[in-house]
Parts: sequence; C-alpha cells; structure tokens
Amino acid sequence: MSMKDLILKIAPSATFEEQGDFVAVVSKEEFRSLMEKLHADYDYLRDVVGFDLVESLGALYYLESSTTFERVAVKTSTLDRENPLLPSVCDLWKTAEIKEREVYDLLGIRFIGNPDMRRIFLREDWVGYPLRKDYDMDSNPLNMTNEQNADTTTEVTLTAGGDFKEVQNQIFGKDDFVVNFGPQHPSTHGVLRMRVHLDGEEVKKVDPICGYIHRGIEKMCESLTYPQTLALTDRMDYLSANQNRHAVCLCVEQAMGLEISERAQYIRTIVDELQRLNSHLLFFSCLVLDMGGLTPFFYGFRDREMILDILEDTTGGRLIQNYYVIGGVQADLHPDFQKKVKAFIVHFRGILHEYHEIFTGNVIARNRLIGIGKLTREQTIALGCTGGTGRASGWANDVRKHHPYALYNKVEFKEILHTEGDCYARYMVRMEEMLESMHIIEQLIDNIPEGECKVKTKPIIKVPEGIYSASVEASRGEFGVFLVSDGGKNPARLHFRSTGLPLVHALDTACAGSKIADFIAIGATLDYVIPDIDR
Amino acid sequence: MEKFLDYYSLAPVFQWIHALLCGVMPEALALCIEGLAVAVVIILLYAILAIVLIYMERKVCAFFQLRYGPMRVGKWGLLQVFADVLKILIKEIIRLKNSDHFLFDLAPYLVILASILTFSCLPWNNGAQILDFNIGIFFILAASSIEVLGILLAGWSSNNKYALIGAMRSGAMMISYEISLGMALITMVVLSGTMSISGIVESQANGWNLFKGHLPACIAFLVYLIAGNAEANRGPFDLAEAEQELTAGYHTEYSGMHFGFFYLAEYLNLFIVSGIAATVFLGGWMPLHVAGLSAFNGVMDLIPGFIWFFGKAFFIVFLLMWIKWTFPRLRIDQVLNLEWKYLIPICLFNLLLMVVLKVFGLVF
Repeated sequence: MSMKDLILKIAPSATFEEQGDFVAVVSKEEFRSLMEKLHADYDYLRDVVGFDLVESLGALYYLESSTTFERVAVKTSTLDRENPLLPSVCDLWKTAEIKEREVYDLLGIRFIGNPDMRRIFLREDWVGYPLRKDYDMDSNPLNMTNEQNADTTTEVTLTAGGDFKEVQNQIFGKDDFVVNFGPQHPSTHGVLRMRVHLDGEEVKKVDPICGYIHRGIEKMCESLTYPQTLALTDRMDYLSANQNRHAVCLCVEQAMGLEISERAQYIRTIVDELQRLNSHLLFFSCLVLDMGGLTPFFYGFRDREMILDILEDTTGGRLIQNYYVIGGVQADLHPDFQKKVKAFIVHFRGILHEYHEIFTGNVIARNRLIGIGKLTREQTIALGCTGGTGRASGWANDVRKHHPYALYNKVEFKEILHTEGDCYARYMVRMEEMLESMHIIEQLIDNIPEGECKVKTKPIIKVPEGIYSASVEASRGEFGVFLVSDGGKNPARLHFRSTGLPLVHALDTACAGSKIADFIAIGATLDYVIPDIDR
Repeated sequence: MEKFLDYYSLAPVFQWIHALLCGVMPEALALCIEGLAVAVVIILLYAILAIVLIYMERKVCAFFQLRYGPMRVGKWGLLQVFADVLKILIKEIIRLKNSDHFLFDLAPYLVILASILTFSCLPWNNGAQILDFNIGIFFILAASSIEVLGILLAGWSSNNKYALIGAMRSGAMMISYEISLGMALITMVVLSGTMSISGIVESQANGWNLFKGHLPACIAFLVYLIAGNAEANRGPFDLAEAEQELTAGYHTEYSGMHFGFFYLAEYLNLFIVSGIAATVFLGGWMPLHVAGLSAFNGVMDLIPGFIWFFGKAFFIVFLLMWIKWTFPRLRIDQVLNLEWKYLIPICLFNLLLMVVLKVFGLVF
C-alpha cells in the first residue's frame, strides 16, 4: 500500500502537495488520529515547522522512521487567528514538547495537551508573535526592566464536554533550591541559562531558558534574497558553519533543479569533514575543560589550529567562512590545500594517542564518564537527539549514510555506533568519528577532478512555489532546512532544524538523579552550541 | 652512624642577638622586639613565597600545556606576579548588599590566620624554627583546621548559592581528609617518637624517615600527599571552587585583597603541605646521607640546611603541580568514597603496622 492510500485510509479528507516535498495536508480534526497511527512506524519527529500563510496558521511535521529511514511530512492548519489551537503530539514524540513551544513563541499557536506552553526564546512579556506576517516590528521597544521567569506554565486541555480549559502546571515549588546556571557561566558553552533544582549535590530538574542570543534569523531570512540568507547560516552553529550552509545550498539547488559540478561536490565533502574534525576537537577540549582537566584542552586547540589555518587559506575565514554559494563554492581551493590537509592527517593520526593517554585512559575520567547520564535508544529517538548523542545510544541516524548527499554515497566510511548511551559512549563516538572523517578525506583528497568550482546563477534566484527541505549531518546531528516558497525572490518561510535544541531538551532526562558535576559533564558530552539553539 | 656536622646552624647567631639586646634593655622588651621582628620576617617570607609559587605555577602549567606562560612583563615574565600583586592591592573591596558583612569580612582573615600559623611551624634551617614546642605536629593539625571555618563562613555569609555549595563541599571534604592526614602524620610520630618538629627533624640525622620506616612510611607518604592535596583544595580535589561547576565556589563574591587572601592562602597551603611532607618524611633541613659513603656525606653537609629544606619542599610542590595539571576533577561522592572507604582503612592498618614494626625494632 502506498503512503497516499495509507494516509487516506486514516484521514479520508487528506490532500497532498507534491511540489517539492511530499506533504500530506490534513485537517486539525483528523490530524491527531493520523499522527497516532504514523507514530508506530515513524518514531522520529525531525521537526515541527510553524508557518503563517496569512489565510491560515499551521505547522508542518517532518517524520522519519528510525529503522527504514523513510520520511513523510504532514501539514495541518487552523483558520482562527485570534486563538489558534492545534492538538499536541508531545505525548507521542517527547521532542514535540520543546518544538511546539518554539512554534507557540514565534507564531502564537497553542497546542492542546502540551504541559509547557511558555515562550522559549522571547521574553515572557513580549508583545505579539514575530513570525506572523502581520507582526508589527515596532511593537517591542527596548525593554529596560528585568525579565521575571514564571514558576508555572499554562496548559490548554480538552474537557470531556469538548471545552477548552486552562490548567496551571508547577515547574518549581516554593521551597525548591533552584540554582541558575548561566547565562554567564563557564560551562554552558555560551549564553544558555538553566534553572536547576538541586537537592544538596543532586540534580532534580533542569529547566533550560533559551533565547539570550536569539537574533530572529528565520524572521530576517523572510526579507532577504536566497544568496543573502547564506550569510546567516554560518552564524548558527559556528562549529558546523559549512555543513549548515551546505544544507541551505542543497535545498535551494534541489528546488531550482540546479546541478553542481563534481569539483564543487568534492570540495564541499572535504570541507564538511574538516569542519567536523574541527568541531570534534573542540568537543574534546571543552569536555576535558568542563571536567577540570586544563592541560588536554590545549592538545585539542593545538591541532584544531592547523585545520583553521587550512580553512583560512581557502576561505579567508576561520570561524565565519562564507564559503559555499548556491551553485558551488565561492572560490577555488588554495594551491597548498591538498598538501596541508595530507600533512594534517599524518600529524593527527600520529598524535591522537596522546589524547587517549592523558584523558581516555585516566581513571578519574573513566569514573566520571562511564555509566553517567544514560539515554536509551528509545529516549534519544523520542527526544530527537541526533548525531553523536543518538549514535552513542545505538540509534543509527547518520544522514550521510541513510540520506546521502554530495559524495557520501561514493566514499566508504563506518557509521560509529555504541550502545551504552552514557557520557563515555558519547565521548568515544566523537573520538572515533574523527578517524572516519580523516578516512573520508583521504579517499577524496587526491582525486579532486579539474573543472569549474561554481555554476553560474542569476543574481536574483527565484525558487518555484512549494515546500522544500534538505538535511545534512552537521557536526552534532541532523541539520535541516525547511523552505516554504511562494515563488518569489525571498523565502516565505525558512526554518532551520536546530541540532542543539533537542540536546538541551534532553538534559532534564539525562541528568535525573545525577550530581552537579555530572550535570556539567553530561552537558559537555551532549555537545550543544547555543547560537544554533537560539537562531 | 657518622656524626652530622652542621656548619650553618643559626642558633648561635640568634643567641648572640638576644644577648646583645638584653645588654641594652630589659629582657621583656627585648623579647617583644624580637617577636615583632620575627612577625615581620614571617609575613615577608609568606609574601615572597607566594610570589615565587604563583610564578612557578604559571610557568609549570604553561610548560605542561604547550605554552610559555607570562613572557611580556620583565625578562621571562618575572615581573608579572609583582604587577598582579600591585593590581590586587589597589582593587576595590566590594561588599554585597545582602551579605552578612561581619562574617563576610572575617572569613578571609581566618583563612590567612590558619595558613600563617601553620606556616610558622616549618623548620627552615637548624636553629631557625619559629614555633617549636613539644606538641608541634598536634599544633599544626589544630591550626590548619581553622581554615575550613573561614571557608564555611565565606560561603555562608556571601548569600550566594554557588558559594554555599562550594563551602559545603569544602567542609565535607576538608574535615574528612584531616583524618587521614592526621593519621599519616601520627604514623610518622610513632616512628620518630616525638611530636616536636625539631625533634622529628633531628631524629632523621641518620636517615630520612621515608627510608627508615620503609613500607609503612612509604604508604603514609602517599596517603599524606593525597590528603594534603585535598587539604590544600587543589586539583583534582578543587571541588570547593570548581570553576566549571560553581564559577569560583566559596570565594565567588570576594574581590580585591579579600579575594587575594584566599588566593595567597591556597598557594601557601600548597607550600605548607609540601614543607610538612619534607619535614616529616624527607628529613626537613637534614642533608642526604648514605651510610658508608663519608666523602659523599661530607659534601652533602656543605650544602646549607635551608637549601635542603626548600629543595625538598619545592620538589613536592612540583609533584603536586604535576598532578593538578594532569588529572581531571573528581566528583564529590568519589572524593568522599576515596577517603572513607580506602584511605582511612589503609591509614588505620598502616598505623598498626608501624607500631608493630617499631615495637619489634624492625625499622631502622
């Protein structure tokens, strides 16, 4: 039975949009029963994308199966702009708890049954919902007062009589010892704030408060042309700058039907892997630093410096590289690129044992990591923890393997899987992935074909009307781009799947019952980057 | 056993000064003046050692970390620490609105007091012990315990949750580790047969305690190094100020010289721990003697006692720095497990072993 028939059986009035992604459009009455049915096969909710099409407010749900890797998208919407309500799916996919909060924050759609309907990025006293098309840009002048965080949330529930009722949920009790970690704290890896309920040394509950570096990138993109949006992607997860950009380029190229040259494909794949090495080295450094080992921190930075030098030669940037463009890459490789990359790989393979000697084999490090912060495979899938975090729990989720792009179907590499799901497994996944990244680069570096590195495109790019998406394996999980185009020169809605948001959401699950020091180690091994969460 | 020749004993010099002062003034006044002079010397020595230790820490950790450390201020960055001292002296001491002002201001002085009292007990050279009486070891343990009071007060009075958690950690950890620290020292007191610092040093004229007490002494030395490291609040036992967890732990809210006192005390405690280890296990200011090699022993005797003392103490300081800059930090429950489940039983057994060996004359 095809996907269409299956959906039609459960939701007879469903229609389908096939311009771009295959999207099932269902009414909000049938939506809940369809999702319940789909949950059996599609256990991973990739993302919830809220949108405002002026006539309707709604959300797109991107689902994937964790075993067959099949994907499906469901769209539902409501016409009520005053009090838009949609059914929540957070009891099916736990990750929806935080994704629906994001939709509520930016579009004002409330989800019936989500226990936590607070704003997530914006201040609690924010006026209006910025991603709505009728949002007044002057409605929030600079606010000089302190933000008060409520200790309660409002949940909309459906009573037996079919009425909506608002229920107050308590986050923290009056006598709870709540400590603020962040936004200025050495181990939150940026301006993330977490309210942590402590009982002595024990962590009882973690409530992340995001948005300290929220720049409204998705809103900004709506008034930028497609090539201009690229400038913002490097500024999300700056340690996956190139992979992020790769995803946007892929999405627009697919939508336009643009074929890029083979040389550009090679360059993109190699640079992606260099970026991944860069990110994993920083992961190692930050993890050991968070655990109090200051010396190994410098090992990571010493070797990362070489990668940054290589990238700087070619792209001109170290952190923000602005290298990929729609149709290829900005400029051709530096003449020394191949030589330096090969020298780096030789150097790094020879020196990797130092990392293991000083840290991996250390008895304190092992005691601090093994068995700490366990996440099961089911939990990581429900929480949408992609990347190394999911693979450490045995969830094969590597986008490069299961939805290959660029040259990943032509190179041979292993998808690193561990089953323990603890901090140590998350650490080892990254350490082993570095070897795989080098293996990928070695297969490509000597065979880069001659040719153009960039396909000529028109200065104003227009994408045909439709819904498009693309995903890549960024350094810390699946990075997705979801584009709703109205055929114009700028996107009607451009949403980015944050790799870090589900990881921050998972903190509460992973930290239950552990100590403060474990909380820091778990945060470090989950490996989130804040600008990517806040966008 | 050969007679130990000390060319550098300072006792005659001090006796001569005392006699000279008594000749021109009543003895009570002379004692007062000498007391003041000694106090000035202690504080100066304390400050100078702090500067040396801070510079050493920066350079040692830099070389462990593929860096040079301070290089810009003065040759090899030698003036960097002086600049930092000057800076911290002129910084404002900030007092928080909702802190307990009296306790908040008292805490750093308690910490520095404990540190200076313990510091005064170290045997610098033959005849140059400042505080020396028959229960010296006991006094050191008692004086060093005042420090934890200062830390607890600092954490409590700051009205800051991080500081409070840091202070509680410190309280739990330091009080626990004092037990094994004390027992390791008592083991050596059993070997030396005296609690007096100068007595312990003199008992090592014919061989350092580490060699004389062989197995139990070596165990006690290892336990002492671990417990001493914990007492000095240094990595991997720096949970009380665990930067990555509690920003700065119990001294988060301190600024200026009040913070400086905590900082000084931390470095000096490192030196004190090493100094006591050098005294009790490695013979204090006693030179290295190998039985039977009289020429070698003669040459060793030519090296002044204070050089021996500083050499041994700084060797142990280096060992502790090496540990700090290699290991990641322990977690609070692991720290307490290590103490209560491993170190204390080992110490008790070791004490018994030492007593048995001593009674049956099986130690040298």
